[in-house]
Amino acid sequence: MKRPSTLTAYAFLYLVFLYLPVLFLPLFSFNSGTIVAFPIKGWTLDWYRKLGEQDTLIQALWNSLGVGTVVAILSTAMGLFAARAFVRYRFRGQRAAEGLVMLPLVIPGIIVASSMLVLFLFLGLKPSLLTVVLGHTFLALPFSVSILKSAFDDFDASLEEASYDLGVGVFETFRRVTLPVVSPGIIASMLVTFTVSFDEFVLAFFLSGNQPTLPVYIWSQIRFPAKLPNVLALGSILLLTSVLLLVLAEYFRRRSSASEVR
Amino acid sequence: MIFRSEASRGYTLSAPATAYVGFLVAAPLLILIAYSFWTQTYVTLDKTPTLKNYSDALADPLVRHLMLRSIWIAGAVTVVTVALAYPIAYFIAMKARKKTIWLLLITIPFWSSYLLRVFAWKLILGFNGVMNSALMMLGLIDEPLDFLLYNEFAVVLTLAHAWAPFAILPIYVSLQKIDPSLLEAATDLGNSPLQRFMRVTLPLTIPGIIAACLIIFIPTVGDYVTPALVGGSDGKMIANLIQVQFGAANNWPLGATLSLIAMLSVGFVAIVFVITATQLGRRIR
Repeated sequence: MKRPSTLTAYAFLYLVFLYLPVLFLPLFSFNSGTIVAFPIKGWTLDWYRKLGEQDTLIQALWNSLGVGTVVAILSTAMGLFAARAFVRYRFRGQRAAEGLVMLPLVIPGIIVASSMLVLFLFLGLKPSLLTVVLGHTFLALPFSVSILKSAFDDFDASLEEASYDLGVGVFETFRRVTLPVVSPGIIASMLVTFTVSFDEFVLAFFLSGNQPTLPVYIWSQIRFPAKLPNVLALGSILLLTSVLLLVLAEYFRRRSSASEVR
Repeated sequence: MIFRSEASRGYTLSAPATAYVGFLVAAPLLILIAYSFWTQTYVTLDKTPTLKNYSDALADPLVRHLMLRSIWIAGAVTVVTVALAYPIAYFIAMKARKKTIWLLLITIPFWSSYLLRVFAWKLILGFNGVMNSALMMLGLIDEPLDFLLYNEFAVVLTLAHAWAPFAILPIYVSLQKIDPSLLEAATDLGNSPLQRFMRVTLPLTIPGIIAACLIIFIPTVGDYVTPALVGGSDGKMIANLIQVQFGAANNWPLGATLSLIAMLSVGFVAIVFVITATQLGRRIR
């Protein structure tokens, strides 16, 4: 049996191809030399220490955190209702509606970015964090809808019916029965949509005006070789944050599938 | 119950999401179309409808060149990514014991910032970069290789890395759907593993392959970051030119026209591709 073993070897090589490039960022962020090349001169934490001294970076970080939080709330709220509608009810045009909500995933970024810039200025909205929030919510919506759809897939409708039969109203049932059961899905959706916004560059580049988010700030630093070590340190922290947030999201998503009531 | 029918409840609950996406797809598109018929000289916008932007753009050799190159690079990226990804999808669906762990491993790097991943490739492929310095340290080369960065190769390699999960997942799903009894039947009828793959497995995964190709091809044509960071002047694509119109050149009507031309070209190529691939899938069977 030679074929399975070559395939397995290929699979492991592929993993190296996927992970190695990304891992060079943290590796060289500890390099005391300023040139990103082997051999590594020595090990240092200086680049990380210097991050805290940069005011524009801290401001960009706050911008990104704020935008990400609002985007997570908005897209998860809209996604929650839409996912429930798609899973629970059957209506004419449902497939078209589900397709429409997934559309932001496939439109090329430059077209979304340029057309939104034109729209917002047409409506009298100057590029700012507000327009970034509006754009990112659009991009994040497909993620929250698909995560919450699988959360509702595993939700037993008879729980709600039992609640209605006991004379509990619609909103009270939603708050006391539906929400607690799908809450792991809600948390997973908020974490994922936050990360989508936190990492997004092209839309923010077009729409942020003079209020840069963190990726836009990084973009402005990449051009200067002297700033390279700082970008590496900052980038490594961002990589770690994204991965941690998504592992957490995956944990909650699994819990939402496991919490099916029999 | 507040709403009488199931349908009206469905409409009401899904309305915020569909209205939001619908508005942000349709409204910018309409304004973009309007802009493409206007003209701009310095700061004054002339709203007399004209086809001048279209004739200018289509007559401009640079636009044609960048558009064709964008489609060619996106096509190359699609072929390379799907070809590299298919064996992985096959491995996870058919051979791997811990499927969920493998799927998670494949998707984790995708969740790191796209900008940072492209930036990492710039550092790796650079003239004084990671790859050249490592090869020189190992004594494999005497002087740095200069063909690694700032060309089409760098763009294709970077994007094949960036899109990997988008190619693996749809193909994995279509492999997962194959009824094992079909494979057994093929073996029982005397097919070799290769014949079985060509006659049963591959044709049945054509929908997954088509999905993977579209998911990669469409955003790649309009990619801005990768050509800007690792493309150099030989790897520039249409998105870079569009950005210039909305930025430094400050010619929004031309930018809008280019966006629309790009969108129409992508749509056209995608439709032709889907039709040919479906036909081809039928013929294999």
